[in-house]
Formats: sequence, structure tokens, C-alpha cells
Amino acid sequence: MNCGWVSRMLKLIRAIIARDLRLAMRRRTDIVSALFFFIIVVSLFPLGVGPEPELLRKLAPGVLWVAALLATMLSLPRLFADDHRDGTLEQLALAPQPLGLIVLGKVLAHWLVSGLPLALLAPVLGLQFDLASDALWVLTLSLLIGTPALSGIGAIGAALTLGVRGGGVLLSLLVLPLYIPVLIFGAGAVDATVTGLGAQAHMSLLGALALAGVFFAPWPTAAALRIALE
Amino acid sequence: MSNKLINWFKFASPQAFYPLAGRMIPWFWALAALFGIAGLYIGFLVAPTDAQQGEGYRIIFLHVPASWMSMFIYLVLAFWAGLGLAFNFRLSGMMATALAPTGALFAFLSLWTGALWGKPMWGTWWVWDARLTSELILLFLYVGFIALQSAIDDPRRADKAGAVLALVGVVNVPIIYFSVKWWNTLHQGSSVSLTKSPSMATTMLWGMLLCALACWMYAIAVALMRVRTIILERERHTDWVRDELTSKE
Repeated sequence: MNCGWVSRMLKLIRAIIARDLRLAMRRRTDIVSALFFFIIVVSLFPLGVGPEPELLRKLAPGVLWVAALLATMLSLPRLFADDHRDGTLEQLALAPQPLGLIVLGKVLAHWLVSGLPLALLAPVLGLQFDLASDALWVLTLSLLIGTPALSGIGAIGAALTLGVRGGGVLLSLLVLPLYIPVLIFGAGAVDATVTGLGAQAHMSLLGALALAGVFFAPWPTAAALRIALE
Repeated sequence: MSNKLINWFKFASPQAFYPLAGRMIPWFWALAALFGIAGLYIGFLVAPTDAQQGEGYRIIFLHVPASWMSMFIYLVLAFWAGLGLAFNFRLSGMMATALAPTGALFAFLSLWTGALWGKPMWGTWWVWDARLTSELILLFLYVGFIALQSAIDDPRRADKAGAVLALVGVVNVPIIYFSVKWWNTLHQGSSVSLTKSPSMATTMLWGMLLCALACWMYAIAVALMRVRTIILERERHTDWVRDELTSKE
């Protein structure tokens, strides 16, 4: 556990992230469709409940966060499926480096192509819901902090449903209940800003969830991947 | 010491456990019936009518045991799941699979009886109370577990994947509970409080405890029956199952 080991592992994570990003960039439609899914779902709500600004302001945190949850779900099955299909995943599992760290790299890469764009897009959609500028900031920040946890927890579900029939629907059954705390604190932060309570407590808890999610999720994910590869 | 250990581990084999479970099932059914009759007798005939809630409160004799059991069974399920992952016992995975439907049933019963109680007492079938919400999420966790296991064809993989999910779930249960609780205190719309119930008459408490014991025994009996079926199904290619099934005829 010396300095060389740490730098080697960091290099490994960097390499995994670079690889996954390159693959994602070769198939940009996937990223863009998930983003448009997010935009469309959010835009459906005013059409469903009516255009009154007060109502929309009240709904905005929940709607944007639920839509972000669903958009993240959409890109999760591909987290391991392509690597599983062409045999890369087996090679990764055989690698001398710990599988947990490889998973961590993939989780971070997934966040970069799904969570990060959602967070950057959210304020524009928040404008449609007539959110004030401070609420828009908090919305963006809460999504930036919270979406890594979604990628982490989602990776467990993606690994468990790898190669299982009806995997997509099953994945949402498994993962959405586990997303509830992130949803509560993420939407709660924006809600607290709108009502003037201050978002700090929510943000701290959201940060704790994200750290715990990204830190601990790779272990069960690695275990689930080994089970799937048996 | 080592002798005892060997005896215990012997029953980790499905073949050894199958007849043992068969012998235990009637006892647990008898205990369930005994506790059930005693609990219902106290609940319906001995326990006094509640001063505030009238006769309607008597649904707690099913509601509270069902809620307890739904949470307890999830813990037991996660325990078996963890044991199965750690020691690679086949029987542990089967036990977890056998417990899940009973746990889901109790979670559903708890929500259902809660709604039936809530309508006359609160005037509404459902409120977004912290306990109701977390019980609902517990039901979702059970459904996810059952769905995952039934989607995987290979039983060994289904056991292990289910075990990972159950362990992840059991770590998340407290987080979910506290987040829901906090969410609820921030959004307290109705002034309903389940926690500030008046102290309960002793007979009511006894009735409830007896009913909880009845539910517990019932859960064990049903889980054992289910695990016996699962053993037969999974071991159907072995000689002992063939002997077992042909000797009955």
C-alpha cells in the first residue's frame, strides 16, 4: 500500500474513464437521447397540470429530480451490457487490479456522460417552471452532488440484472426504491430554497449520500458482476 | 464443541433438512393456531373497547403483528442471504427465497389493514406518514427481490444475486427510513401522529403479543413448507428425491 500502488490505481481509474468516455463519444446518440428524454418528461408536466406559475414553482423540484432519476435509469443497462456482450467484462474481471476499482472508474465515466449533462441542462428547464435564480443554482448544485450517487447505486442494479431477460424494467424495480433518499434530499434542497428555509442541511446529507454511494457501491457491484460472469 | 458444529452443519444440506422441516411444520402450525386463538380471544372478547377509537381499534391485533413481521422477515431474509454468500450454503439461498413472499404478504397486509383502520379514524385511506411510506418502500424492496429471483433462470445465480440485493437493501433500510421520516416532518400536512398513542391497556398488549407470536409461527411454518417445495424442485434430479417421492405412493 505504498505511494506507487496508489498512483498505479489512479492511473487505472483514469484509463477506464478515458476508455468509457471514448466509447460513449463514438455513440453520441445514446447520450443525446437520454437528455432529450429528460427534457420531454419535464416538459410534459406543465401540459398535464396546467401553466399556473405558482403551481409549477411548487412542482419544479420534484418533477426535475424525478425526471433526472428516470433519465439516469435509461442509460444504466448499457453500463455493463456492451462489455458483457463482447467479452471485455470477463477480461476486466480477470485483470490483476481489483474489480471494484474498475467499477468505480466505470461509475465515474457513467456520471460524466449522464449525470453531469443532466445537471447542466436542469437550470434551463427550471426556467420553464419559473424558478428564481437562487433556486436554479441550488437545483444545479444538488444535481451535481446527487447524481454520482445515482450512478453508484444504479451500477449495483445494472450488474445484478446483467444478461437477465426483461432487464430494463427489472432494473427500475430494483433501483428506484433505493434512489428514494437521494430524491428526498435533492428535491428537498431546492424546495427548501424556494420556501426560504436554506438548503444547507439537505446539501450536506446529499453529499454524504453521494460519497457513501460512490465509495461503497463498487463492492456489491463487483460481487454482482462476478456472480453474473460465473 | 466440534461435535455440535458438525451436527448443525449437517442440516445445511437440503437432503438432511428436508425431513427435519417436515417434522417441524406441524408443530409450528399447532403453535400458530394456539397463539392465534388465544390472541384473538383476548383481542375480541377480553380487551376493553377503546375510549377514543371504539371497536375499530381491534384491527391492530392483525395490523401491528403484520408490520413487525414484515420488517423482521426482511432482516431474517438478509441474514440467510448473507450466510449463503459467506459460506456458499445452498439451503440459505432457498430459505431466503422461501421467506420473501411471506414478508411481502405481511407488508401488504400491514398497509391494507392500516388503510382500513385509517378510514374511520383519520377519515382517509392513506396519508404520507413516515411509517406508512417506509412500509410501502419495504413492500417495493420485497417485490424487487422476488422479481429479480424469478427473472434469473439459473437457481444458483438467482440465489446469489438475490443475496447481494437483500444485503444492499438491508443497509439501505435505515437510510430510507430516516430520510422518509425527515421528509415527513418537513411536509407535515395532516396532524396525524401515530407515535403519541395513549398507553395501552395490559390486555390489549397481551392480545397483540399473542397475535404477533401467532404470525411468527405461521411465517415459520409457511416458509418451511415453501422451502421443502423448493428443495424438491431443485434437487429433482437426485436419487433421494426420487426415492422420497416414489415411497409416498
